Amino acid sequence: MIHIDICKTLHGSIGEMELMVDLNIQEGDFIALAGQSGSGKTTLLRIIAGLEEAKGILRVENEVWMDAKKSLPPQKRKIGFVFQDYALFPNMTILENLLFVQKDKALADHLLEITGLSELKNRFPFTLSGGQKQRVSLCRAMMNRPKILLMDEPLSALDPQMRTKLQQEILSLHKEFGTTTIMVSHDPSEIYRLANRVVVLDQGRIIQDGTPKNVLLKTSGSQKFSFEGELLDIIKVDVIMIAIVSIGQQLVEVVLSQEEAANLTIGQKVTLSTKAFAPILKESH
Amino acid sequence: MNQLFSTIEFGPFFLSFKLAGITTLILFAIALPLAWYLSQTRSKLKPFLEAFTALPIVLPPSVLGFYILWALSYNSPIGSFFEETFGIKLVFNFTGLVIASCFYSLPFMVQPLQSGFESLNNNMLEAAYISGKSKWMTMIKVALPNIKPALMTAIIVTFAHTVGEFGVVLMVGGSIPEETKVASVAIYEMVEIMDYTTAHIYSAIMVIISFMVLLGVYIFNRKQSKKLGGIS
Repeated sequence: MIHIDICKTLHGSIGEMELMVDLNIQEGDFIALAGQSGSGKTTLLRIIAGLEEAKGILRVENEVWMDAKKSLPPQKRKIGFVFQDYALFPNMTILENLLFVQKDKALADHLLEITGLSELKNRFPFTLSGGQKQRVSLCRAMMNRPKILLMDEPLSALDPQMRTKLQQEILSLHKEFGTTTIMVSHDPSEIYRLANRVVVLDQGRIIQDGTPKNVLLKTSGSQKFSFEGELLDIIKVDVIMIAIVSIGQQLVEVVLSQEEAANLTIGQKVTLSTKAFAPILKESH
Repeated sequence: MNQLFSTIEFGPFFLSFKLAGITTLILFAIALPLAWYLSQTRSKLKPFLEAFTALPIVLPPSVLGFYILWALSYNSPIGSFFEETFGIKLVFNFTGLVIASCFYSLPFMVQPLQSGFESLNNNMLEAAYISGKSKWMTMIKVALPNIKPALMTAIIVTFAHTVGEFGVVLMVGGSIPEETKVASVAIYEMVEIMDYTTAHIYSAIMVIISFMVLLGVYIFNRKQSKKLGGIS
């Protein structure tokens, strides 16, 4: 059991904000931490890692990592941290990056094997692609067999295909090492695939907490499909109006009546849903 | 030509380089922890320390020389303590020159190292802490190897700057042959006694050596930045 009950004042873009998080996490859980930028996600990870100070209590199993009296330095917490920008040591080869954490050659070889990096182990980080660098970073984080693996948007700089591959590797490492993982992510498919619990932060507070299905599925009542998107444009064609909405990576057109169009402003967030129809799901190319 | 060179005394050059070498070594040991501390701290003391470190850049060498002379002479507590306890005189000898040079060249060692450390990716340093490495270990194994150009600049510029010092050396050391008469002081003396031929040769040697050293630094840094170009 990991018990987090912390409080910290942040100086964000919209002035001062109170980060207050009270969370109990089961060992072995995979938590996705979502929320708009500036909601305190990264700060929460950094507090857990001991990289930032805060008031409150942090207890992992029966070990106190932080309370009113003491705060363990990051060196003493068994943490793995994967940064968005990889943060590898450029002066060391891939293998040396791993062995720097722990002189455990067998574990390093095993990790490099799982992630398909064995052939690259004597290369330096600057010769690798983004996906390869993030794999190294993941392996390095696992080298001290962390109790908690923290990942700050680890895959957001990678292309979709690379993301899917790395998601699989993250999941298998999470299971093999039995770590508790907390990952900041904005990508619903990623969250759905990996996490068994989603915590959504807003303005430093938890506003949603539940299974990915409950938190992420946007449909309600008799709606069959529901998407959130951004209204990009409204075009008048003869007597009808056509709205261009951006949903995920795609643009769609929706026919509107004059009255509906009058109530919408370009740039606002909209929900696009539909009721009676039979969707067709086909393989895409 | 051969006859000309045989009459030239190279002692002052050896002395200059010996002084610069020892000063650079001592300053490296002092400046490394100081620069690391300055790059990492959020203490309110930081601007005071930075200003103090940078003082020798703006102060006239005579001011620096005067204070050092005053502090190290037999009439001051420090000077008399050293002379009575260890029997070491601190002024008008080589030891005094080394102490004076360490003050004089301090910013040239601290500043490049500090800005090198500050340019490092903070996440990378934090990754080392999370891996269980102490701040000291992180500095030696991670920070230092990744600021090679800054390290090179700090060492070479400190060395070159010490070779080039004049005012402080003259005030603290005087001009004792084989003891405190370094190249810059020797040139000054040659000009004073109107031995322009020797002054010309000495000066030309200084220009050539200084240029070669700086050229070496810039070529090295160019190669390093190309090599590290892909790293962020």
